[in-house]
Amino acid sequence: MKTSQNKQASMKEAIASSLRSGDSLVIEGFTHLIGFAAGHEIIRQKIKRLKAIRLTPDLVYDQMIEAGIVSELIFSWAGNPGVGSLHAIRRRTEARYGKPKLKLDEYSHFGMLGRLMAGSAGLPFWTLRNFSGTDLPRNSNIKSVECPYTGEVLATVPAIHPDLAIIHVQKADRMGNAQVWGLMGTQKESAFAAKKVIIVAEEIVESSEIRKDPNRTLIPGVVVDFVVHEPWGAHPSYAQGYYDRDNDFYIQWDEISRDPETYQKWLNEFVYSVSDRREYMQKMGTNLMEKIKADARYCQGVNYGF
Amino acid sequence: MDSKLSASEKMVFRASLELTNEDVVFVGIGLPNLACNLARQTHAPDLFMIYESGAVGAVPDRLPVSIGDPCLVTGAISVVSQSDIFHGFLQRGNIQVGFLGGAQIDRYGNINTTVVGDYDQPQVRLPGSGGACEIATHSEKILIVMKMSPRSFVKECDFVTSPGHRYQGKTRKELGLPGGGPSKVITDLGVCDFIEGEMTLTEIYPGVKEEDVQKACGWDLKISDSLKEIELPSSQILTLLRDELDPQRLYLK
Repeated sequence: MKTSQNKQASMKEAIASSLRSGDSLVIEGFTHLIGFAAGHEIIRQKIKRLKAIRLTPDLVYDQMIEAGIVSELIFSWAGNPGVGSLHAIRRRTEARYGKPKLKLDEYSHFGMLGRLMAGSAGLPFWTLRNFSGTDLPRNSNIKSVECPYTGEVLATVPAIHPDLAIIHVQKADRMGNAQVWGLMGTQKESAFAAKKVIIVAEEIVESSEIRKDPNRTLIPGVVVDFVVHEPWGAHPSYAQGYYDRDNDFYIQWDEISRDPETYQKWLNEFVYSVSDRREYMQKMGTNLMEKIKADARYCQGVNYGF
Repeated sequence: MDSKLSASEKMVFRASLELTNEDVVFVGIGLPNLACNLARQTHAPDLFMIYESGAVGAVPDRLPVSIGDPCLVTGAISVVSQSDIFHGFLQRGNIQVGFLGGAQIDRYGNINTTVVGDYDQPQVRLPGSGGACEIATHSEKILIVMKMSPRSFVKECDFVTSPGHRYQGKTRKELGLPGGGPSKVITDLGVCDFIEGEMTLTEIYPGVKEEDVQKACGWDLKISDSLKEIELPSSQILTLLRDELDPQRLYLK
C-alpha cells in the first residue's frame, strides 16, 4: 500500500495529521536541508510539549523553544554554527534566568547517531568506543556493555524511535521516494528509526525520473507517510543545487535572538503572521532569492546499463 | 591594512605549521578551519580535509562559515553519511590530526565545551560536545587552539567534554582511549607540548615573557628549560589570511 499510494499533502495537512502534543519529533539535516518550513508550521499549529530530537538544534529548534512548544531537547551540539549561541536555549537553562525550563538529554554527535542507528536497525541499543574519560556518562542513558568476544567494555546508548521524522530533500516523487545529494547527515537513520515520516521536497518529480538514478534515493517511499512540495523550505539553511546557505541571516540572527523582545517580534512577523512558506519568502523579498539561488554545477551522470 | 598582528592571526599561522602535506585532518569551525585552509594554500596543498558534516577531501573556495557549508561539497573527493564519518573515519582510526578548542582546559588537556558552573544550573550553557568527544577519543593526535587566560586555563574543568591525557587519576591507556590525545596547545602567548601527559610550555612568541604566560594560566605551569621563539607570519601570509581567507574578519578578530 505504502509503495504506490499518492501521499502528497500540504504542509498544514501533513503536520496536522501526524503530530500531536507530547510527541517526540526529529527534523534532521546537518546544516544542509534543515526543515525550517516544517518547524514554522508546527509553531503555527501550537503543537506543544514536544520532545525535540536533533544533533544540532540550530535556529529551527531554538525558534520552536522560544515559541514555547518544546519541553525536552535531545541533542549533541546547541550553537549557532560559526557564530555563537542559541539564545532561547541559554535563557531556559542558565542559572541567572531562574529554574531551568527545558529538560536536556545530552550526548555527543556519535552518541546521537548511535541512538538513531539502533532505532533504524531495529536493535535495542548501539555500542560505541566513546565517552571514557569524560563527564558525558552523567547522562544515565549512557551505559556500558562487556563485549562477549573480547571482554572490552564499550559504551552504549539506547535506541530512539521518534513519533515523527521530517526530512527535507531536493527531489521526491508522490510516493515519497526521496533523493538527496550533498551532505546527508543522519537523515536516513532518522527516517528508518521514526514511526511516521514526512518528506518535504524542493521539487516533485515523476517516479520515472527517480528510477533513472536509483543510487541517489536516500529514503524509499516504503517508510514515508506524507510528501509535501515546499520550494525554499529550508531557508536560511540550504539545498545543494537549489540555493545557498544564507550565512548573513545566521550572522544577523545573533542580534535578533539575543533580546526576547526582538526575537518575539521576528516570530510574529515571519512565522505567526504568514500562512505558509510562500508568504514567508515573499516577505523576505525577491532580492534574497536572487542572492542565494545556486549556480549550475552539473555532474555528468553514470551508465546504469547492463 | 592594519599591520598590527592579532592574537588569532598568530595562532592560525602557528597552527598551520603543524600540518603536513600527507596529513588527513578532521577540521573544526573557526580558527582550525582557517589554519587548515592556510596550510593548503602554502606548504601543504595536498592536505586531506574531512569535516564532520560528511565532506571528505574538501577543497572549499570560500571561507566556510559552518562546517556544513555547501562549498565543502563542491569538488570534494567524497560525501558520506555521518555514520561513515564517526564509524569508518574516526572510530576505525583513520584520522591523523584532530583540531579542538574550548571554554576551559586543564593541565592534562581535558577540554570543557559543555557548561561553566554546575551542570544542572550552569552560569553559562555552552554548545556541548558536537563531535569533539569522539575526535579527542580517536584521532592519532589532537591540536588545541585556544587563547590563554586564567578563566580558560583552569585547575579543574567544570565539565570534561573531551578526554585529555588523564582523568580521575587514570591514563588514556587505563581508560581504554585509542587515540594519542592532545599533542600541542597553540595559544596567543606560546605553545605547549604534553610531557608525560602534562602541559609544558615549550615555545614563546617574541616579546612575551615567561611570567606573562604563567599569569595567564590557572595552575603552576611547567616550563621547558629550552624555550624556542615562535616564528611570526610574513606580510604575504597576512595578506593571504586577511584579504583572501577571511575578508569579512569573521574569525580573525
